[in-house]
Amino acid sequence: MKNKRNNILLNLDWITIIIYFILVFLGWINIYSAVYDESHANIFDFSQRYGKQLVWIGLAIVIICVVLIIDSKFFSTFSYPFYGIGILLLILVLFLGVEVNSSKSWFEIGTFRMQPVEFTKITICLALAQLISGIGFSWEKPKYVILLIVLLGLPAGLIFIQNDTGSALVFFAFVFVLFREGFNKVLFITSFAIIALFIFALVSNLELLVISVLVISVIGFLLTNGNNMRSKIVLYSSLLYLFVSIVIYNYTDIFINNPIDLVLINVGIISIQLIIMYIVKKEKALILFASIIIGVSSFVFSVDYLFYNALQPHQQNRINELLGKNSDPLGVGYNVNQSKIAIGSGGFSGKGFLNGTQTKYNFVPEQSTDFIFCTIGEEWGFIGTTVVLSLYLFLILRIIFLAERQRSSFTRVYGYGVASILFFHVAVNIGMTIGLAPVIGIPLPYFSYGGSSLWAFTLLLFIFIKLDSDRLQIFR
Amino acid sequence: MKILDDRKYVVIGIITVIFLIIWIKLFNLQILDISLKISSDNNSQRKVIVYPSRGLIYDRNGVLLVSNEAAYDLMVIPRNIKDMDTLSLCQDLNISTEEFNEKLFTCKEYSEYRPSLFYKQITAVQNAGLQEHMYKYKGFFVQKRTLRRYKEGIAAHVLGDVGEVDLKTLETDAYYSGGDYAGKSGVEKYYEDKLRGQKGVKVFLVDVYNNIQDSYMEGKYDVPAEPGKNISLTLDTELQRYGEQLMENKIGSIVAIEPASGEILAMVSSPTYDPQLLVGRERGHNYDSLLNASGKPLINRAVSSTYPPGSIFKLAISLVALQERIISSNAYFPCDHTIVGCHNHPLANGVARAIQYSCNPYFYFVFKKIIQRGLKESVFRDSRMGLELWKKKILGLGFEKAFDIGIPGVNKGQIPGPDFYDRLYGKYRWAFSTIYSLGIGQGELLISALQMANFCAIIANRGYYYNPHLVKKIDNVEIEGLNTQKIFTPFDKEHYNVVVDGMDMVVNEEFGTGYYARLSDIRVCGKTGTAENPHGDDHSIFVAFAPKDNPEIAIAVYIENAGFGGVWAAPIARLMIEKYIKDEISDIAMEKRILEADLTIKDDEK
Repeated sequence: MKNKRNNILLNLDWITIIIYFILVFLGWINIYSAVYDESHANIFDFSQRYGKQLVWIGLAIVIICVVLIIDSKFFSTFSYPFYGIGILLLILVLFLGVEVNSSKSWFEIGTFRMQPVEFTKITICLALAQLISGIGFSWEKPKYVILLIVLLGLPAGLIFIQNDTGSALVFFAFVFVLFREGFNKVLFITSFAIIALFIFALVSNLELLVISVLVISVIGFLLTNGNNMRSKIVLYSSLLYLFVSIVIYNYTDIFINNPIDLVLINVGIISIQLIIMYIVKKEKALILFASIIIGVSSFVFSVDYLFYNALQPHQQNRINELLGKNSDPLGVGYNVNQSKIAIGSGGFSGKGFLNGTQTKYNFVPEQSTDFIFCTIGEEWGFIGTTVVLSLYLFLILRIIFLAERQRSSFTRVYGYGVASILFFHVAVNIGMTIGLAPVIGIPLPYFSYGGSSLWAFTLLLFIFIKLDSDRLQIFR
Repeated sequence: MKILDDRKYVVIGIITVIFLIIWIKLFNLQILDISLKISSDNNSQRKVIVYPSRGLIYDRNGVLLVSNEAAYDLMVIPRNIKDMDTLSLCQDLNISTEEFNEKLFTCKEYSEYRPSLFYKQITAVQNAGLQEHMYKYKGFFVQKRTLRRYKEGIAAHVLGDVGEVDLKTLETDAYYSGGDYAGKSGVEKYYEDKLRGQKGVKVFLVDVYNNIQDSYMEGKYDVPAEPGKNISLTLDTELQRYGEQLMENKIGSIVAIEPASGEILAMVSSPTYDPQLLVGRERGHNYDSLLNASGKPLINRAVSSTYPPGSIFKLAISLVALQERIISSNAYFPCDHTIVGCHNHPLANGVARAIQYSCNPYFYFVFKKIIQRGLKESVFRDSRMGLELWKKKILGLGFEKAFDIGIPGVNKGQIPGPDFYDRLYGKYRWAFSTIYSLGIGQGELLISALQMANFCAIIANRGYYYNPHLVKKIDNVEIEGLNTQKIFTPFDKEHYNVVVDGMDMVVNEEFGTGYYARLSDIRVCGKTGTAENPHGDDHSIFVAFAPKDNPEIAIAVYIENAGFGGVWAAPIARLMIEKYIKDEISDIAMEKRILEADLTIKDDEK
């Protein structure tokens, strides 16, 4: 037993580490494929991005070793000073940084560029964990609530000033952490629903609205109601409607021009079902659920309606700009279509390694960074995307599982932070390549080309693995 | 805490559901959606960039100055070249095999995967032959583009030119790809983002012979091109053309401004060239010859060249002296030829008369009083302070200011201040005696023709101006902002009246220096200038506005090495004014004299 406590290698969660290395390796070979050029075919060519990425991976391993050697108390003890340094970097970049794609969020040293926000995410995560796990923290005390708002709001505001909206949105991901630690559930549902719907509604993919309205409603119901017969009925019937809607939408052309009708019919059917159930069972939650569905739907439509009817074209443009829709010269429709064509053209098993055509010809922008998922989709097909998606889901769930087994609440909160950040990046990055999320330039963790992004995500994860490996030693 | 522990299921649930949504969407895209399937043959689908038509350019009256013409470029994606029939292509294009290899090598250097320009601007005949054989040239395709057509052949410096984007722009601006065209100078460059429009894309299905068969998915993934915006200039085509004719065989520039709006009616820089020369296949060749031609026709002298203003600067000196209460409007100074040279003229009793006779000694004394105000004991300190106060005032008249007029390359010129002479001579090591030539518009003063015209517009308006500008409307919408704000100058109207009276007398009274600008039915106010030039003959200068009341036009004419201002610049200004206001010329003999004069040939060469 003593041996187990002290041997760090035995206590490391090797499953997470193995997934990490699989992702990093897959990322590397896909970068190779994305920028592949016959004249530089050697994968170890250091003048090319894949060669450089290999160097970044090597340095990431050094970072891993250092993190694992450092005493885990170090991270909790210095979490506030780290936070301070993070904020300082965000302020400095406003003055000393260089502008890339209209956001002034990069430090440039020689040819090497680095975004401090990548590292700030870690320090904020640590500080958040420290604050929430601290003695005396309570949601009832205004002091802590204010501290919490400042802690998250200050960096979010600074990042916003840098005009890096994409990274600022990452802060919404912390809503999961707060929720797990006792944040009011009604507020949680509301904020989650508003953020998700506002973003999704503006992507104006109405097929998606059918799905999101239903999903969020079901989540809402399950939250307000326990695990009983009625919620099962609601869950399964909703899934049935969802399935039927998708089939109708994809295989008939009844709703091809006005999918809004399909949404309305769905909302109508579910609401009627609930009201009938309420008449039979007289349970408050049912009527609450019905009103959530109707409320959410009207919100979606009013956003859509307001956006296209009430706003002036230049105001629309401004919002589009905010959402990154105007960042490319040929229009967002072009990029996303190119990306969808690339992924779609992969089919079930893909075109094979290095055989992608869409991603090669520069039809897809940022192929080795933000749009790396296109290469996977095109060359490895549905099998590839499923594998990658599963790896990410497994990694995130694994982190939540590890977080839940902690005795130290510091580690748990931090773990949830890591899971939330990874989740947000993966969901939004993949979402934007398939038209489910607006195009905001955030990288796919461990996959996208770039040293600072890779190191930051590595640091983020391995601090958690280190903390986890000490779970038997420390009780905080 | 037990209750909170259950919340992990909610978090896990949400995350799983969102991953599921993504997965369903991927399933939809990759398995269900047949429309996105592309056959394994690379060439079954081709994306063609649809180039928007570039915005047209009109003059102030709606006369079309710049339009578009179709042209065809042969593009290549080197990696796609297969079973190439090189000889046939060489014949179609009428090039040698060496040239072919050379061109292909350059394209490969740029990129194997991206389309690059192989052969530009194919003629219609070549294109017809080429289209027949396109099936033999895998990897090549014809890209339709638009070329500019400068219909009127005037205003080359204002309109500017369009050329292939350079490598640097390609790297920094993601909008452009290899072989694209962009504005290189003039309005074409300044308003590039308005004129260029927005590219679109068309997706086509092509057969194995690389021929376009059909639009893909009935155009579902097509993005239409957005045409560029049309621009209406403030120029008056007729006036501009007339100005260019008058300036033929003379080196210099004319700028005419509508004082009530700041709109530039004409901007002539001579020697000029036909803007059409910089279009098409001969562009590179013509550009080189223009670059080296005598008189440097590519320079826009109206805004880029700055000169000493000569005697017209006396108007500015008068304003400063009157405003600062240094002299009264009827102050008298003797015409003392021993200080600075002058010509014979009657007694100048008052500022207006001094302007009329352009009396050098008079303004020497006025400037002396401005600089040496006796505020400090040391003459050096006093001069330094005087010059500082003077410069502050002078800058209010739009000098040493690079006006944002709608074309690049506007030079701000120079009004030397105390710092300037400190650098030159050392602090407190210069005094009035060092700098007195500023008082008669010589010395280190550098002013552009644009600034002179604008200064004249200020006087015409008796104290204010609008930012001079060349573009009136974009897509028929008036441009608001900078150009519509009245800018006031720090001088009172009464002082302007004195100066205006002086300018009136210059033209319309006996012994005035600008009698050549006199018109019988329009009251022209003007001022001659003759700037000494260390490199050759004096420059001939004239500024004028007309009519005296409710002025319609303010004009500056600057002719290099032409001698006395009244002789050459004044008649040109007069002809321009008459042309603009009355659209007909009363004195045909004068017009003939100007049109036939060749001032580029020096007397000793004749």
